[in-house]
Amino acid sequence: MGAGAGDRLRVGEGAGAVTAIGEAEAVSVEVVDLAVTPLRELNQRLHDLARGAPGPRRWRILNPNGAHAIACGLDADVEVEILGHAGYYCAGMNKRAQVKVHGNVGTGVAENIMSGRVEVEGNASQSAGATGRGGLLVVHGDASSRCGISMKGVDIVVRGSVGHMSAFMAQKGRLVVCSDAGEALGDSIYEAHLYVRGAVAGLGADCVEKELRPHHLAELTELLAQAGFDDLDPSEFRRYGSARQLYNFHVDHAGSY
Amino acid sequence: MSTPAVEHNPWHLRESYLFPRHVIAEIQRAAAEGIYDIRGFGAKRRLPHFDDLLFLGASVSRYPLEGYRERCDTDVTLGTRFATKPLELKIPVTIAGMSFGALSAPAKEALGRAATEVGTSTTTGDGGMTPEEREHSKILVYQLLPSRYGMNPDDLRRADAIEVVVGQGAKPGGGGMLLGHKISDRVAAMRDLPKGIDQRSACRHPDWTGPDDLEIKIHELREITDWEKPIFVKIGATRTYYDVQLAVKAGADAIVLDGMQGGTAATQDVFIEHVGIPTLPAIPLAVEALQELGMHRQLQLIVSGGIRTGADVAKALALGADAVSIGTAALIAMGDNSPEYEAEYRKIGSSAGYYDDWQAGRDPVGISTQDDELAARFDPVLGGRRVANYLRVLTLEAQTLARACGKTHLHNLEPEDLVALTVEAAAMARVPLAGTSWIPGHDGAS
Repeated sequence: MGAGAGDRLRVGEGAGAVTAIGEAEAVSVEVVDLAVTPLRELNQRLHDLARGAPGPRRWRILNPNGAHAIACGLDADVEVEILGHAGYYCAGMNKRAQVKVHGNVGTGVAENIMSGRVEVEGNASQSAGATGRGGLLVVHGDASSRCGISMKGVDIVVRGSVGHMSAFMAQKGRLVVCSDAGEALGDSIYEAHLYVRGAVAGLGADCVEKELRPHHLAELTELLAQAGFDDLDPSEFRRYGSARQLYNFHVDHAGSY
Repeated sequence: MSTPAVEHNPWHLRESYLFPRHVIAEIQRAAAEGIYDIRGFGAKRRLPHFDDLLFLGASVSRYPLEGYRERCDTDVTLGTRFATKPLELKIPVTIAGMSFGALSAPAKEALGRAATEVGTSTTTGDGGMTPEEREHSKILVYQLLPSRYGMNPDDLRRADAIEVVVGQGAKPGGGGMLLGHKISDRVAAMRDLPKGIDQRSACRHPDWTGPDDLEIKIHELREITDWEKPIFVKIGATRTYYDVQLAVKAGADAIVLDGMQGGTAATQDVFIEHVGIPTLPAIPLAVEALQELGMHRQLQLIVSGGIRTGADVAKALALGADAVSIGTAALIAMGDNSPEYEAEYRKIGSSAGYYDDWQAGRDPVGISTQDDELAARFDPVLGGRRVANYLRVLTLEAQTLARACGKTHLHNLEPEDLVALTVEAAAMARVPLAGTSWIPGHDGAS
């Protein structure tokens, strides 16, 4: 379990949770209680902002209660805080928005994220940040299996550990794991950069450890800072990436596939 | 030792049924190269197909419609179940998903032009949506594939429908494939991959597993697109009865069912020829699954895999499909395998009528290539015109058959209008063997 996840959670307390996030707020916050408002209405209002409609820039979602597809498909410079646990595909395909979940999330948080920032204070289930093409996903707890699967440019920083088959077929972007990684890390990886601070249970096909050069240290330092994890020493990480042996089929490598 | 008399008699050469020349050639190729054969096109083996069915034209007990005077409508609406903006098509023949990458940009543009000209839809593929195809396609279906190459929410919102691709008939259970020589700079950029590598797409979706997840995934897609777009689920024909029921449960607006004859740009030959079931038995399985749920005609069944003629279209509809899709036939209509290019086909070891190396990127017609010079040979306006002509012929032929059966709409064709020529086709299509009331395997049962 990664540090710092549990003690900040305020889950299922309804309106009472609002004060746990921050007292002084210069701009007004639109509070939507999913115990009262249908999810469809919430997402529609958030989507309408992308089409230039006037509306609040800060949103607070109460009682998510594990609902799926909360705040997916956003395309606006808004901040959305979700007070509680979210289900599958929270902030899926996010563009521009800053989404923060004060709880755990189900499968596919920030799947195919394009830009913006999605932050999870708790743990994330499998396929976190899957196929993401840009933006930043931060998980304060652990992520499960297939974290960063088929990632295409997203940056993912996990304070805890990631499960098996993480960064499977990872094409582009950076995955930073501050604790351990499960079996078959980076299987069939392309050009993504992987950084792991703890133990790696096993590397997948064509994934190898690579030298941590100064420019890698610089990029890692920046990613940790963006995630708010600058208490960690980047030199404690090891770098993994593609051996590029399986990029074109060769009969002598048939056993590696 | 043979005598000279025997040596000069050509009939002493007997080809083995077990080891015919193409099998011998493949063993020798495998021994030389050490890798399975990858090719385009679809299954080449003989399979029970629509050719094994015949229509019972009207006579005394049924009366026909005047072929050139009485109306026989062809329109179809796809996505009537949940979507607020279903697709209104003028003809029930759509263009199947084919990727930019597998096809050149001008070829994709031609398909869009053709579909737009005749009022039907075309479909993206495993490489994202190109601006050319969006611009030239009035109705464009956007595929969500396991690879998610080029997937982005703007294109999702720009699309007219979304097709969640679970599998395709040429390779149910297999992922996409695009070999290095077709990964040009533009294709590489769209897919976020290095140039020139062999791209092996995943066979499973990265963020859902199984029917319960699929239901949640479809819900997410609906939320992202504000419940406007029809959402199709495409499956390769295998355990069709169960797959269709699960797709219905997952919330599909339409089911795209691709039989094993469905084409591919690049797949292992062993996969193309040995996995899946033909289109003919797949349709009744799907219809049975839908009827049991009370969903036949409530959501739409789109069938592909071996549609070549208006007769194929009419037979698929008569068996219960709402629409069909064409892929291979559309490429042929554009000029693929044209004798005009025979000399060039010879240069690359093929011949017009045999060419299936769509994976190789050396298509002399300029369709299945990313080579700029080859692609420049292909005129998207002329190619589009040809496909539009072909789509019109398919429709006219289907109408001809429907009128002969007395139908005022193609959708009024029904299994009762059909008989089978072979016992196997009768069993698979669930229509009686011609001249009998015998449907093997379905005696008296539904």
